[in-house]
Amino acid sequence: MLIYLIKRLLEMIPTLFGITLLSFFIIHLAPGKPTDILTELNPKITPEARLKLEKYYGLDKPIIVQYGMWLKRIVKLDFGESFSGDRRPVMERIWDTKKPLLERRLFITFLINVLSMLIIFTIAIPVGISSATHQYSLYDKITTTSVFIGFAIPSFWLALLLMMLFGVHLGWLPISGLKSMNYDSLTLMQKIWDRTLHLLLPVFVSSFGGLAGLSRYMRGSMLEVLRQDYVTTARAKGLSEKRVIYGHALRNALLPIITLLGLSVPGLIGGSVIFENIFGIPGMGQLFFMGVMTRDYPLIMGILTIGAILTLIGNLLSDIGYMLADPRIRVK
Amino acid sequence: MKIFWKRFKRNKLAVAGGVIVVVLFVIAVLAPFISPFNPNDIDRKHILEPPSARHPLGTDDLGRDVLSRMVYGSRISLSVGFIAIGIATIIGMLLGAVSGYYGGWTDRAIMRFIDIMLSIPTFFLVLAVIAFVGPSIWNIMIVIGFTSWMGVARLVRAEFLSLKEREFVLAAKALGASDMRIILRHIMVNSMAPVFVSAILGVASAILVESALSFLGIGVQPPTPSWGNMLTSGKDNIEIAWWLSLFPGIAILITVLSYNLFGEGLRDALDPRLWTSDR
Repeated sequence: MLIYLIKRLLEMIPTLFGITLLSFFIIHLAPGKPTDILTELNPKITPEARLKLEKYYGLDKPIIVQYGMWLKRIVKLDFGESFSGDRRPVMERIWDTKKPLLERRLFITFLINVLSMLIIFTIAIPVGISSATHQYSLYDKITTTSVFIGFAIPSFWLALLLMMLFGVHLGWLPISGLKSMNYDSLTLMQKIWDRTLHLLLPVFVSSFGGLAGLSRYMRGSMLEVLRQDYVTTARAKGLSEKRVIYGHALRNALLPIITLLGLSVPGLIGGSVIFENIFGIPGMGQLFFMGVMTRDYPLIMGILTIGAILTLIGNLLSDIGYMLADPRIRVK
Repeated sequence: MKIFWKRFKRNKLAVAGGVIVVVLFVIAVLAPFISPFNPNDIDRKHILEPPSARHPLGTDDLGRDVLSRMVYGSRISLSVGFIAIGIATIIGMLLGAVSGYYGGWTDRAIMRFIDIMLSIPTFFLVLAVIAFVGPSIWNIMIVIGFTSWMGVARLVRAEFLSLKEREFVLAAKALGASDMRIILRHIMVNSMAPVFVSAILGVASAILVESALSFLGIGVQPPTPSWGNMLTSGKDNIEIAWWLSLFPGIAILITVLSYNLFGEGLRDALDPRLWTSDR
């Protein structure tokens, strides 16, 4: 098992290399340059000054050399300096060690995504199971219908509606940011409560799509397993329905779901741009959006790389989960 | 084919989805004739009016008729959905066919490429590229197309792997048919059904991506109406005009829902494994 894990870890390296290479070329070869924005802001800038600036950023070199330089720094976990704003190092903007953990961008996005993932799994799996075991019942029909609707709802629209209902009309929940204006004057318990209230809508919205998808897959996978011979055998042995489902069927039905865990990471990360934008949450998605608008190459590359690493870690975790659930793979 | 129709017809939700898909098409084509107002007519006297007999879905912050803008918005959504997925399907079929038919290192290279594409948070990449090349409807179609072909490629590859050893392919090979001919005439034709289903489902997700991009302000640019950018003005007026946030979202919901129902219905009807477990 250890050997398998090491092999998987080593396999991740070329994939990561490929991802960064591909992203780097796409980002850098897209028309336009970061210096265009400076020129737009300051029409008096001379062509010489512009060239000097490009040289300063290293944009005058051939792209493959630029990639080499970037790669050399990345090995030391140095994502370079941001082009825009105060030229702070990218790493500091993503993971500012001067700020408390709860206010570092990467941590905020990570926290929201992990919370949504937990919610997705704790709700979707039981719902999927029970709707499979009660196939064609009223319960199954209701869940199947809501799953289809959940699939089709654009998450940003759901966010808007919830903001309108709970934020504007009822006034129960805050509609933007991560903490209230008077946060510093609150007691510890009030602080925790304040944070929770701010997280409620974003976490719900970001887990919603996955919730629908996963319970659908769980239902399908469970139905598939329930048709297998060994389930019939287990029933024929006279085992209780509970034992049949939770003892025999569930483990096998979970296998494809575990794979989905890894595959759902890019979607969750991508979705964070949308809900962080709507709810005004200072996370990675919002930073990425700002980076894109200012053509901040190092920042964009930094976030894409971190996103890719998180995705690969998700894949690895789901492989490990797969192994734990399926003894056949462990033996190999 | 007959069994297929019988099975498809029995799934009422899928039929309903199919009907709505057709109706949406008709609406998009006939937009100039059915929309009560010109979608870009600014009417300063009727700004942000709630739904009324004159404006059944209200007006927006420039006094434009929301219903008319939604009718025109369907053109954007459908054309982005179809062209983007058209591009994605062609790329996916091509790479999947080459990968599955030739195998070996070509297959390994393409599969690795797919793994890489699947590990990039594609929405980030789409966002970056569109922001760089400039938001236009054509760029959106192309970029969505180039980032959503992986599923089709895998599907076609799997079909090719299972079909290329079958007797009719071997027979064609023995008769001296060229690779090209075998790929196109013999195998591809037989794997069209699942590709079609995944394209229908793909249209739904492309429509969602387009609306999200437009909502963020880097998709279809105003004044051209799209459901996504209409919701942006809904967000800006969230405290005073609920109708601006509600209706365009319902349009997206219904469209995506019907494509999904239609696509899933087709898939179930085409899947022979489900034929026996019929109720």
